[in-house]
Amino acid sequence: MKAAAFDYAKPKALSEALAMLAEAGEDAQLIAGGQTLLATLNLRLSEPSMLIDITNLDELKGISVIGDQLRIGALVTHTEIEDSKLIGQHAPLLKAAAPHIAHRAIRNLGTWGGSLAYGDPAAEWPACSLALNATMLIGGPDGERRISAQDFFIDLYTTSLEPNEILIATEIPIASSNQVFYFHELARRHGDYAIAGVALVANKAGNVLSDCTFTFFSVCATPIMAKKAQALVDGKPLNDELIANAVGAARQEIESIADITNSAQTKQHLIGVLLERGLKHLIA
Amino acid sequence: MSLKKKITMTVNGLTVNAEIEPRRHLVDFLREDLHLKGPHLGCEQGACGACTVKVDGKIIRGCLYLAVQANGCVVETIEGLTKSGALADLQEAFMRHNAMQCGFCSSGMLLAAAELVEKLPQSTREEVREWISGNYCRCTGYHSIVDAIMAVLQARAKGEKIKPVVALA
Repeated sequence: MKAAAFDYAKPKALSEALAMLAEAGEDAQLIAGGQTLLATLNLRLSEPSMLIDITNLDELKGISVIGDQLRIGALVTHTEIEDSKLIGQHAPLLKAAAPHIAHRAIRNLGTWGGSLAYGDPAAEWPACSLALNATMLIGGPDGERRISAQDFFIDLYTTSLEPNEILIATEIPIASSNQVFYFHELARRHGDYAIAGVALVANKAGNVLSDCTFTFFSVCATPIMAKKAQALVDGKPLNDELIANAVGAARQEIESIADITNSAQTKQHLIGVLLERGLKHLIA
Repeated sequence: MSLKKKITMTVNGLTVNAEIEPRRHLVDFLREDLHLKGPHLGCEQGACGACTVKVDGKIIRGCLYLAVQANGCVVETIEGLTKSGALADLQEAFMRHNAMQCGFCSSGMLLAAAELVEKLPQSTREEVREWISGNYCRCTGYHSIVDAIMAVLQARAKGEKIKPVVALA
């Protein structure tokens, strides 16, 4: 199918884009990589009156280290993350996750910020940003504000971004040398959305994990942390019994929801499968 | 008021000026306006990869990209890349391994394969399969496509190139 008609503008600066967004109202839609948006336009699932192309905004570009934070601009593409030495060094979880995002031709255009702002519960970046305790930098008519990933994802495709705001960048604490990561997802075809996925982050000393975050995605309306399982594992020597207890806790505390092909019970089961594999991988 | 926008881009080495509606995606522009029938249109939602073209040196989904977004860009299609010889060894390997049946997916497959050969020359068979999983072949001829890509990777690793055989016809 073909998209319905819309107008198109390409502002040159953040201030200009914000002004355009304010003027065009709620019928306007931002476009960056457009790898989800174009599909919804072609299917006429959305019919905005105007697309505001933000790919010229320098404020939204680049990957850099500022102090102990890794700053990832909203316009950074999945491929840039996949290929970045800085990301590999300071956020290995993102490097591990990137190849799971669709396919190269899509990763070449799709953006970090677009994925976060869209808030798809099955997407990799919202889960990774939650697992890594990221902070979102948001531009609006009244200047910048910051919000943690924990408070950013509110519901299905719903974030705390207001219609007149633009996600500028994300800051992530850079990885320490004793931090370990695991990323895995179960999908029918490589590159498809996950049936269920996990991102694990922890500090490791021998077989003891601490400061753990166990984040699951594609199981609920938002990415979600298994906080009881995290607390169980934290600071104790990891053995088969503790892993089994953590698996039980995660299955119990996360209320998964069904998708079109998989029941809530299946997802509940897969949460445990992923956590068990992940924890065994981390101490192997 | 017309919504049409003026655009300029380079397509297969030639400068193209046009006036188009913003809703026109790149493959429709290439096929319908420029009569380049190499990039195919399959699912029109980014799943099948038949529409793969290059913009500024990178492969993209031509159905998930607006022609107006390509304003000022360098666009390459299978036609241009065939002419330049950039895909010659891959194309020869595809022919030798019979890595095509109906051929509808071939232009997208070749462009995807070319980026793999360039970016990840050490790829294993498994990695090749993962990489091309973004391109559907509904004749399901994947095995021979993987064989052909592996042949190019192995030849290039040895510093060789699969030389095209001159067609008799």
